[in-house]
Amino acid sequence: MSSAHNALVRLSASELVGKLQKGEVRSVDLAQAFIASCDKNEPAIQAFLHLDRQAILDAAEHSDSRRKAGEKLGPLAGLPIAIKDNMCQKGVPTTCASKILKGFKPPYSATVVERLQAAGAVPFGKTNLDEFAMGSSTENSAYQTTRNPWDTTRIPGGSSGGSAAAVAGCLAPLSLGSDTGGSIRQPASLCGIVGLKPTYGLISRYGLVAFASSLDQIGPFSHDVTGSALLLQALAGHDPRDTTCVNQPVPDYLADLDKPLAGLRVGVAREFFGEGLDSQVEKAVRAALDVYKSQGATIVDVSLPTSPHAVATYYLVATAEASSNLARFDGVRYGHRTERKGNLIEQYSRSRGEGFGAEVKRRIMLGTYALSSGYIDAYYLQSLKVRRLILQDFEKIFSQCDVLAGPTAPTAAFKVGEKSSDPLAMYLSDIYTISCNLAGISGISIPCGFTDNGLPIGLQLQGPQFAESKLLRAARMHEKATDWHTRRPALVG
Amino acid sequence: MSLELDQVRWVAHLSRLELSEQELSSLGGQLASIVKYVDQLRAVNTEGVEPMAHALDLVNVLRDDAIVPSLPVSEALANAPARVGDHFAVPAVLD
Repeated sequence: MSSAHNALVRLSASELVGKLQKGEVRSVDLAQAFIASCDKNEPAIQAFLHLDRQAILDAAEHSDSRRKAGEKLGPLAGLPIAIKDNMCQKGVPTTCASKILKGFKPPYSATVVERLQAAGAVPFGKTNLDEFAMGSSTENSAYQTTRNPWDTTRIPGGSSGGSAAAVAGCLAPLSLGSDTGGSIRQPASLCGIVGLKPTYGLISRYGLVAFASSLDQIGPFSHDVTGSALLLQALAGHDPRDTTCVNQPVPDYLADLDKPLAGLRVGVAREFFGEGLDSQVEKAVRAALDVYKSQGATIVDVSLPTSPHAVATYYLVATAEASSNLARFDGVRYGHRTERKGNLIEQYSRSRGEGFGAEVKRRIMLGTYALSSGYIDAYYLQSLKVRRLILQDFEKIFSQCDVLAGPTAPTAAFKVGEKSSDPLAMYLSDIYTISCNLAGISGISIPCGFTDNGLPIGLQLQGPQFAESKLLRAARMHEKATDWHTRRPALVG
Repeated sequence: MSLELDQVRWVAHLSRLELSEQELSSLGGQLASIVKYVDQLRAVNTEGVEPMAHALDLVNVLRDDAIVPSLPVSEALANAPARVGDHFAVPAVLD
């Protein structure tokens, strides 16, 4: 990779947009730089399931010719953006990292993909994930295991591990992920970048392959807070094709982003600093709290008493919804169909048995069990009641503070294979992120330090529903006072 | 709460998942330990608490009953594993 290319791929999204708008670089230059970066490091990182270099160069050239012709361009014009492979892009393979969708090409694009294109972005490949977004390490992909760019013997987190690793490894400046229980924030934390899970209903889920419909939400990955705000701005807002996407005005997330919040109250839940939290992670998070104190923020001691029950609640709600959502994969209209002859029920069961991987089967089974006659009251309905108690905890917390701060994940990135044989241990790596989805509130992970062996650590900030402006501004306050977001992994060069 | 093999087999049937004997036994063990973990929720006092299926107070949305273009048949069938004419082909359901 040339040094000019290398200098470009290290830049933040807003710096690249600035250079495009000033005419200092062309979209084709960016496309070539990021493709060169992929040529160099994708074999080690394996972030992408699909990367059509020619289609990317063509889209970039098209963007440049529009700019040259003086056409009015969108805010992301010419910028490459990678897309998690559970979002439909018309005519482009969309697999959810599952064998059951091998070769599937959607006949339509997700609303988020249409909005990216309307904003002028250049779609830059489809990224790896845990199959159907079920997992916390990206090891559940049926195709490949994505590696953490900071240490390729380790996982990037999950389920949006490909999208996180693509940005962290400077293979793309921005990417889209989806977050059902932490699948944006946890990999952002483990990869040393920014990842935002917006409020439920802020971004359309039309064309996002459903995992747990009442929890799923699409959001951005970026090197810095401004990048996430930029991408959120392009994605947020009502979509008549998703009835859960709220119809209310979208604020200008960039307008006051750099303005510190006066009198900020930062809540710290004691439950987030208990057993299981790595001491180096705790140290970095406490240092981040000191950064807020030094800027005049008040630290408020709060409590999330339902926190110990969040993982159990999540694994009933999410699996129940998944067992229903994934019923559509039956080998009739699209996807894998068994070669073995049999009746219709056998065809369903064999196609699904052959097409789904172990974790997906496990979750469909758990969800079916929780919804089955004789168990639905004890498991599913009880989990929905505890879910309300979790929401009430947050309502109380946000009457006492503006944002809730804590670790995003209990440890830094673990080794490939370390937890893959113990599903429950894997589930517990989402312990701090899961309540956010159950309550439908907003959450962000930002870099706040490194372990002694050079692995990134993330600070999670959570805010009330539709409080993204405040959340992003609070995140930016920490970012302005630190330089963690400017670090790049050694393999970038 | 332990999961008997017959119970695992029944849940697999309800889930429309054909599983090998080996999968049935390994999944049975894993599900038993997960179910044991989620059993902690039984001890939470939820008396008088309304179940919460959704995070937002949303009402149903209806669109105008207007004709809009739909997916052309050729595109709708493009991913079909098997087709007969303009239809998805499946094994006979009725004798």
